[in-house]
Amino acid sequence: MLIYDLVVIGGGPAGLAAAYEAWQNGVKSILIVERDKELGGILNQCIHNGFGLHYFKEQLTGPEYAGRFIHMLRETGVEVKLDTMVLQVTPDRQVHAVNATDGYLVIQAEAIVLAMGCRERTRGAISIPGDRPSGVFTAGTAQRYVNMEGYMVGRRIVILGSGDIGLIMARRMTLEGAQVLACIELMPYSGGLTRNIVQCLDDFNIPLYLSHTITRIEGEGRVERVVVSKVDNKRLPIPGSEMVFDCDTVLLSVGLIPENELSKEAGVHLDPRTNGPMVFENMETSVPGIFACGNVVHVHDLVDFVTGEAERAGRNAANYIRKISCAEEDEPEIQVIRGSHVTYTVPQKLRTGNIGKTLDIFFRVDNTYEDVTVKVMSGSKELHSRKRRYVVPGEMERLTVPKERLLSAEENAITVLIE
Amino acid sequence: MKEVVCVVCPMGCRLQVDEDNDYAVTGNSCPRGATYGKAEVTNPTRVLTSTVRVRGGLYPRLPVKTRSEVPKAKLMEVMSIINEVEVAAPVKMGEVVVSDVCGTGVDIVATRDM
Amino acid sequence: MLSLLFFLGRGFARIMYDVAVIGAGITGGAVAMELATYDLRIALIEKNTDVAAGTTKANSGIIHGGYDPEPGTLMARYNVLGNRMAGELCANLDVPFKRIGSLVLAFTEEDLETVNLLYARGIKNGLSCLSILNREEVLALEPQLNPSVLGALRCESTGIVSPFEYGVAMCENAVENGAELFLETEVTAITDEGPYYAISTNNPEQPLIAARMIVNAAGVDAASVHDMADTPEFSIQPNKGEYYLLDKNQGGLVSHVVFQCPGKAGKGVLVTPTVHGNLIVGPNAEDVEDGGDVSTSRRGLDFVMETAARSCKGISYRDNIRNFAGNRAILREKDDFHMAFSKNAHRMLNLAGIKSPGLTCAPAIAVDAVKMLGERGLRLIPKERVITTRRRVKFAGLPILEKERLIAQNPAYGRVICRCETVTEGEIVDQLRRPIVPRTLDAIKRRAGAGMGRCQGGFCGPRVHEIIARELGLDPLDIRKDDRGSYILTGITKGGQ
Repeated sequence: MLIYDLVVIGGGPAGLAAAYEAWQNGVKSILIVERDKELGGILNQCIHNGFGLHYFKEQLTGPEYAGRFIHMLRETGVEVKLDTMVLQVTPDRQVHAVNATDGYLVIQAEAIVLAMGCRERTRGAISIPGDRPSGVFTAGTAQRYVNMEGYMVGRRIVILGSGDIGLIMARRMTLEGAQVLACIELMPYSGGLTRNIVQCLDDFNIPLYLSHTITRIEGEGRVERVVVSKVDNKRLPIPGSEMVFDCDTVLLSVGLIPENELSKEAGVHLDPRTNGPMVFENMETSVPGIFACGNVVHVHDLVDFVTGEAERAGRNAANYIRKISCAEEDEPEIQVIRGSHVTYTVPQKLRTGNIGKTLDIFFRVDNTYEDVTVKVMSGSKELHSRKRRYVVPGEMERLTVPKERLLSAEENAITVLIE
Repeated sequence: MKEVVCVVCPMGCRLQVDEDNDYAVTGNSCPRGATYGKAEVTNPTRVLTSTVRVRGGLYPRLPVKTRSEVPKAKLMEVMSIINEVEVAAPVKMGEVVVSDVCGTGVDIVATRDM
Repeated sequence: MLSLLFFLGRGFARIMYDVAVIGAGITGGAVAMELATYDLRIALIEKNTDVAAGTTKANSGIIHGGYDPEPGTLMARYNVLGNRMAGELCANLDVPFKRIGSLVLAFTEEDLETVNLLYARGIKNGLSCLSILNREEVLALEPQLNPSVLGALRCESTGIVSPFEYGVAMCENAVENGAELFLETEVTAITDEGPYYAISTNNPEQPLIAARMIVNAAGVDAASVHDMADTPEFSIQPNKGEYYLLDKNQGGLVSHVVFQCPGKAGKGVLVTPTVHGNLIVGPNAEDVEDGGDVSTSRRGLDFVMETAARSCKGISYRDNIRNFAGNRAILREKDDFHMAFSKNAHRMLNLAGIKSPGLTCAPAIAVDAVKMLGERGLRLIPKERVITTRRRVKFAGLPILEKERLIAQNPAYGRVICRCETVTEGEIVDQLRRPIVPRTLDAIKRRAGAGMGRCQGGFCGPRVHEIIARELGLDPLDIRKDDRGSYILTGITKGGQ
């Protein structure tokens, strides 16, 4: 049995930053467990740029962003096990993992940081009917084949979903010589950053069909065509609006789901809104000593926010290990409730004793709104508010609330809403 | 009049750029937008990211990027140069893989160690 | 063993087979497995890239109790026998199987009558594990069911099995005992040469197979195969059933196979855990023209969802991981199997119309089919040594010490390739070394389980791809997802198209 003060599960951007921050905060017995053959996580296949604008004040590519943290980590004594798959995390913080050299590992940790990231939603999750030919990939899997293994996955491509992954792959495939026929988006707005619409679709004259969806995939052996229909305001296909695209590949960019099988088995409570663990202001989950950060908590758009969240988790995991706590044992928990037009908040619960000068509340909205006010309420009392010119579901929002405002909450629940 | 969506910040202001009026920009919420609007119409540029073949590395492809923006019109030409490149591992992040690609004055560099 | 080699007018066939089994689905596999226990040269001929890849891989995976078929039919006889055989056979062949029991739910007075009818039928068919439950008893057993249920027929001998593993196991066993398997070999003509049949195929490496007797187990194509050798005697109506396969987090919703009463609206839709822990919901039943059309449809899937709601309202379809469909071969002429030699091509035994409960019946059908061949002149000399078991490593379920031991023996078991189902590289390589070599991603999925989980191969796909290429010495560009034409990659980047 191995013993570490801190075990970080996942060596992607979240895990890297958490481990580094914990080290900087005095924990010297840290192990990162990573299933792939190198650190970096999903960033290794995100060869496009746009990372690090906030954190490094530079525009970096995914591998460069990961590289910064990997280099920083090399200056520390943080240990890493690669090619190692965690099979189980127990509520008393034992990590079971396997790899080819050590065999079956049981690692006892004082604290754990969950940083497993997320997986992609599949065709089955949205039940696209039709044949089941080859040539239907989730965008991330195609990205792995193209960027790391060096293979082309198709020649004539239709992309479902205008989230960033789909948009990025539209550009990537075009630059590698494929023809991207269309990007199909179910909602009346795109889920991706405007900059990606411009630089991935407009630049290459790839049409974006909003309020459309793929209603059928056809092909014997390999994809041969897809049927696309317009949808109404209930997102149901409108009969008679069908278009047929002759293609050989479908890339699905239809959503990411935090990967929490390990969290569940450890007894961590999940928030059904995010599919990730319910977390406190210090990124601790419902199980004391188990922290979580990054896409495993909620799906992020900017890796810079992942890093910030991971640093918070790492720092607090270090406090936990060093038994430094600012919150009282029996301090009442304040629920953070999502109000009108807010689909979820992270954190979901607060212990004000743990909050420094300010608290960052992250949330997403349910639609596109212009010139609105974000409010934090306690009952009918307004604790804090900020105006926003423009909020969209595809871009996570951050509201920084001064601690003293939170202290003036009258009840043990605060609501975040959009007006 | 050309319409351009500004990508400098997430607001995505819809800019109107008047080619007949020294590329005066309206619709922007900040001065960066004005700069972007004019540039986007007169000389749109992009950073290009891609991969090159690599021998003896952890993976068969090495991710690269143009160190700074290159003219958008030259993207496909730059791609054709990139497609011919083969490097040998080990490679360091930032190492120049193609210098002054297509006469743009911009180098293509590796974006990771391999 | 004289004159095994001979020259045919049409082409050189190297050996004369005693029996050619056309179709390597559950029926053909079972027959080949049974035949292979005798001293015979057997050819198992399959048009697909893999065995058990037709109807056998796309059904509910039920080992039926035997109360549904009409007493006196072949279906009834073989259902009961096959159900009894399943336990030992699956244990020997290391095929996942669980006898979880079934409920046929009644929601109306009419349904209650049907339940009584099925009960009586089951008794007549020889079952002793049946009981009729009232509403309270049903809900006590299955709290997630629709509370408007009035009662149910309970059968304790119903089981769930992995249908494709069942089929693969039988075909593997046949091959291990000497049967020769021809994949991607579609029969195009059958000529009666007198003492033997000349079977023409579309496989350039095996254009002609000569066999003294034929077993036609060609599923939805059984009539077309028969009609190559004789004038039409029966016809097959392919009938499609569509399914939802849901995440394992739904697998505990019910603990029995939950049927609905067949009624005016049709046969009803079932809800059941699978033997792997998922939940399956389906099927509908729609006649189709083309037996090879296994596409799903919005209409079909919606029907399944709406009809299943009658049994259970709490099914979370956002946890669906896959939809699929399969075609049953339904005999038009009668509501039973067709098990008979052709009239003129009288050494061709047709096992046709093997619809539900075909999966259950197959091993029992095989025993009688071989007897019938014997009565028709096949010399049945039991082999001295016959392999009757197989064992596969299934890493995920092993105790820790076993896992440690395995990895110490072979580090490939320490490399988890499929995260969702915890399938290791060792297990995938094991399958690539079995008597029937899986060459596609889906063939590996059906055997080792990699890609069967909630991410549907999103993570492990490229890795499994690489392992298959490496182990079989194939170009990754040539590796397919499943059947012919299902290529995955179109080229390399930077290589030109």
